[in-house]
Amino acid sequence: MIYTASPLAVGIFFAVVATVLCISFYFGRKTTSAKGYFAAGGTIHWSVNGIAFAGDYLSAASFLGICGMIAFSGFDGFLYSIGYLAGWVVALFVVAEPLKRLGKFTFADALDSKFNSRDIRLMAAISTLVVSIFYLIPQMVGAGALVTPLLGLPHWVGVTLVGGIVIFIVTTAGMKSTTYVQFLKGALLIVFSVVLVFMVVDRGVQDVPYEGYHDFITLQAELTDGSITYVSDPAYTIAGEYTENGLHFVKLEKDGINNWWNLETDTSTLTEALTIVTLDDGSVLFNGAPREDQLFYPVGSMHRIMADGEQVEEVRGLNVISFLAVIQESEVVRFIADVFTSGDEKVRIWYQEITPGNEILSPGLKFHIDEGSSFADKMNFISLMLALFFGTAALPHVLIRYYTVPTPAAARKSTIVAITAIGFFYILTLYMGLGAMISGVLDVESSNMSAPLLAQSFGTLMFAIISAIAFATVLGTVSGLIVASSGAVAHDFIDNFLGRKLTDHKKVIAGKLAAVGTGIIAILLGIAFKGMNVAFLVGLAFAIAASANLPSILMVLFWEKTTAKGIAASITTGIISALGLIMLSPSMFTRYGLEASAAPLPLDNPGIISIPLSFAVLIIVSLMTQDKGKPQGEKALTS
Amino acid sequence: MDHGPAVEYHECDELLKYKQKAGLRLFFIYSGIYGVFVLLNTVFPSMMESVIFFGLNLAIVYGIGLILIAIILGLLYNYQCTKMEKRLDTSSSKTQGGSE
Repeated sequence: MIYTASPLAVGIFFAVVATVLCISFYFGRKTTSAKGYFAAGGTIHWSVNGIAFAGDYLSAASFLGICGMIAFSGFDGFLYSIGYLAGWVVALFVVAEPLKRLGKFTFADALDSKFNSRDIRLMAAISTLVVSIFYLIPQMVGAGALVTPLLGLPHWVGVTLVGGIVIFIVTTAGMKSTTYVQFLKGALLIVFSVVLVFMVVDRGVQDVPYEGYHDFITLQAELTDGSITYVSDPAYTIAGEYTENGLHFVKLEKDGINNWWNLETDTSTLTEALTIVTLDDGSVLFNGAPREDQLFYPVGSMHRIMADGEQVEEVRGLNVISFLAVIQESEVVRFIADVFTSGDEKVRIWYQEITPGNEILSPGLKFHIDEGSSFADKMNFISLMLALFFGTAALPHVLIRYYTVPTPAAARKSTIVAITAIGFFYILTLYMGLGAMISGVLDVESSNMSAPLLAQSFGTLMFAIISAIAFATVLGTVSGLIVASSGAVAHDFIDNFLGRKLTDHKKVIAGKLAAVGTGIIAILLGIAFKGMNVAFLVGLAFAIAASANLPSILMVLFWEKTTAKGIAASITTGIISALGLIMLSPSMFTRYGLEASAAPLPLDNPGIISIPLSFAVLIIVSLMTQDKGKPQGEKALTS
Repeated sequence: MDHGPAVEYHECDELLKYKQKAGLRLFFIYSGIYGVFVLLNTVFPSMMESVIFFGLNLAIVYGIGLILIAIILGLLYNYQCTKMEKRLDTSSSKTQGGSE
């Protein structure tokens, strides 16, 4: 799709950025100590901290990634919402108060509070950096995806812009400015998402999403011995065909433009598709023409609308229940991606598939867990749900927020505010995703743009506001991650592991330098991972966090035989096994340009192997080192 | 060597044990509900398509239900902990809420 920047959108975008920078300047003047820089002085009110939690957690993955995944895969995208929220239960009931009670700046403080182990400090710092960087990648990818339609700038400019602003925020004022940026962004995100959802359900469901929506043509065909021999419209001539795995694509030529269509062999009908064709000479055609010709349309519509058992052309003025009920009864046109090579053409095709509403609103469109799925498919799904459930309570940027409030009770209360705000928002993602799915706005090249494009269907003002908030969303989360990383380097690594015992001022300087370094790494990776769905990428960060950090956190709290060596070994195992399995996963093989089937393991998410493995290593090593890493007679920290 | 926590909070053992027990109990309840959801999706996916009420299927009702249950259990946990903190009148309960 071609995006053009609107002056209003640009104006609102810069207003949001200016507000964020003003907040940083204001708090920057007040932040002088290490406690102020890394933990906002521990003085944030629990209600502010709760919304800041939401602002921190509702990242590009939650807003852009989940809405996009729901828009393309229905309920399977909503599974991410459910898993992300469920993880907060672990954080609240098990981790929040003990961690606050034991820590100071980073979660390594809590892990190490009874051991004083350099190994723990080192491994916790490495783990924080690895998880933060994996979490940063999707945020930066999301930033790049946003800036293209908003400002008409290339992806890499968006990534660099976000990186630059966030480095500025973090290096000027640290955790306090980050907290208020996150609070502001969290509140705005929830308020305007409510407005958007209200507009979606009130607009209801229509056969034709809007005037001017491209009318995708259907032609009748005839086949002889499985090959196409006739097309009902004489204006088209057959220029080629391609068959694979039960799919049959046909190249038709009209007025000098070649394009690929999908042939449904059981009904002998040809349906218009979207294609991006790369030729041998490197030129790229969008639906058979250069991109500027704008033949590559936005998509997503209803096929058949049923309301109260009757077929209708549209239903307006729905509510949050009847909106879902109408989709459940009706049929939706989805566009399914495929890739093939025919002659000198590398073809990316998105063909139409009519999908019943009950399939949209139940699992199976993305995760192959329905009847006929393989054991590996089911394990992949369980692995993801496990990682999401156990990952939240082990994310470094979530954990450091427990140190910005004054007491364990305040940590608990702020977690409950966060669960309420985040849970409410995740319910909204279902409506935003489904709204985008049927509003004729989807860009098949970028699922991440679904929510802003849905907003655009309600006018430029709504698009500008939602896009600016989405951009602020990225800023807030990236700031939190970079503060967590800088704390790991300055406090855990330099101060505690290397034993340099920095002065308060020097610790802040070291933290700021670490923030600059992490920011630059994030920018480079954000450019390299362009195009991947951000919710999927965050799922990987959750898996690493759940594997590397959670076993140690839980065991140090609840198992009195835990030793320093056990913790260090567990974190090491968690990082290596999770990272190794990710590198060998089918998704990464695709990223390397190889066949997904060539991957040695069929799992995309490593959690189901790496989390139990990390627990097992901690138990075994602790039992083997009872006299070496732990004082005799100690009890678990919460008892 | 035990260098201890960075900041000391004075809560009596009874309160700490009560909070830990209450938290773990609710954690296991929620884990069970979440586990059944994952299991149903994996083993009986077609069951998730069954319409339950108001035209909504089990997948949607259970999925939104999981989010709402997390919020309700969170509020219940806070109610239990706050009540106990007041009853035991700890220093923690006196300072909870913090300041700006």
